[in-house]
Amino acid sequence: MSRGHIVIEDVVKVYDPEGAAVMAVDHCSLEIEAGEICMIVGPSGCGKTTLLNAIAGFHDITSGRITMDGEVLCSNEKPKSTPGPDRIVVFQNGALFPWKSNLENVIFGPVMQGKLERKEALEKGRAMMTDAGVSGVEHNYPGEVSSGMRRRVEIVRALMNDPKALLLDEPYRALDSLTKSVMHEALLEIYYKNKVTIFFITHDLEEAIFLGHRVAIMTTRPCKPKKVLNVDIPHPRDYSVLTSKRFRELIEETNDAVHEEALKAFQAGEKEG
Amino acid sequence: MRKFLSSPAFWRGAASIVVFLVLWEIGARSKQWMAPEFFAPFKELLGAMGFKKDYLPWIGAVPAPSGVLKAWVAVLGQPGYWQSWYMSMFRVMGGFIAAMLIGIPFGLALAVSRVAHGIGFPTFEVLRPIPPLAWVPASIIFWPTQELAIIFITFLGAFYTIVINVLGGARSIDVRYFQAAQSMGSSSWDIFRRVILPGTLPSIVVGSAVGMGITWEVVVAAEMISGGGSQQAGVGGGLGFFIWNSYVGGSYEQIVVGMISIGIAGFLSSELLRWGGRYATPWLKAR
Repeated sequence: MSRGHIVIEDVVKVYDPEGAAVMAVDHCSLEIEAGEICMIVGPSGCGKTTLLNAIAGFHDITSGRITMDGEVLCSNEKPKSTPGPDRIVVFQNGALFPWKSNLENVIFGPVMQGKLERKEALEKGRAMMTDAGVSGVEHNYPGEVSSGMRRRVEIVRALMNDPKALLLDEPYRALDSLTKSVMHEALLEIYYKNKVTIFFITHDLEEAIFLGHRVAIMTTRPCKPKKVLNVDIPHPRDYSVLTSKRFRELIEETNDAVHEEALKAFQAGEKEG
Repeated sequence: MRKFLSSPAFWRGAASIVVFLVLWEIGARSKQWMAPEFFAPFKELLGAMGFKKDYLPWIGAVPAPSGVLKAWVAVLGQPGYWQSWYMSMFRVMGGFIAAMLIGIPFGLALAVSRVAHGIGFPTFEVLRPIPPLAWVPASIIFWPTQELAIIFITFLGAFYTIVINVLGGARSIDVRYFQAAQSMGSSSWDIFRRVILPGTLPSIVVGSAVGMGITWEVVVAAEMISGGGSQQAGVGGGLGFFIWNSYVGGSYEQIVVGMISIGIAGFLSSELLRWGGRYATPWLKAR
């Protein structure tokens, strides 16, 4: 069964092709297996979000092709893919609708698409929230619960659409490191229950190695994979992995590559300023 | 309630008002207590500077709060006073509700449709800097009755503010909400109904509150200028006309009664709006 098998082929994205052309993504090719957690690591502003937006259908690509399960999302002929419930984005600062209660947020997708009756959706939503450890806040507004809770609710909202892939754009960036470690375990727990492909953008190498089956380290602007690391620590994982020898070794192995790109990004930033 | 009454904030507020009234009372009576010789040199000085002789700006010329209270009690029993309340309220509400009914859809249309924005916004921006009161003569000529003319002017007062707030509010909705809704299979209509409308609601509330304040300012001035819009002189011309009429009739206590009445009326309508706003946007109190 292939569900959420994403192939990125030779994708190029140039911003403003008429004027001062900035190449954000440069002939990037990457294959994400069905049901895999693929972590994309790169310094801020390296163009990794551009890649995610191309998959999600929020922005077009200049050339190349992205397919999911053999179906073309975008290509030279159709540069912008159509956003759909098979690929749901969990945003950096969260995008739960503040005017809807958590439960109303969670049932938004299936009700919109007419996949479930409201009553069924409410039942399923409650069950999934309980499953994800966020029961008890169903009738609160997102603004009334902690940011960690909000992220979990948002992931539940995404999963309610029964997506093939989850696209996460630095979802835990704003969280403190203790909340973050709790969120990582919670995400893995949710993942083990609902095997979906996870395309996860971060600039945190430890987070990437702890969560991912594979970690793609990207070059800074233009963005393309510099090194793809297979994380051979078996799943299911919990926080004890963080202190294991293999985890440290993998960090050592990749730290240089990440640092090098971070330095490049920093120097490029200095030149711009 | 008990907690509120025992809070320092309440007592500070109460003390502030009491001290203000006491100072006002003392100031108003000061003319009786002070010898005329005390004012003479100041009057000379002002006269020498070319101002009107024998005239000194002094709080003693203003009626005292005790006198105002007496005048107020006297006026409470007169139907004309309540008729003034009713007329002003009626005009404010008429203009304000019309401004909401026209302003909110217009603002939303400007926000969501590039065509509507292109056609509607330039004219709107050209008319917006004209103060509502500058419309008084034109409005009286245009509308068949003075009543409609005054309502139209109060409408203008609230309309521009509401439109600008709705437009700004709808435009500042975070793009992530649109993207999320789109991903989850929303049609354009769904996005309008479930993202743009609730996302703009806080701005609608703010715009309405500001618009309501302007409406009261405008209605009072419009009533003064137009002579109350009533055929029967002095009866039922609205609170603005009540003040003007008291001035013309030389009843200075009644002027202040009218001023305070307008303050109360404005406060009541803002409270009503605030209450409605809280009811319409329950998620905001979570912040």
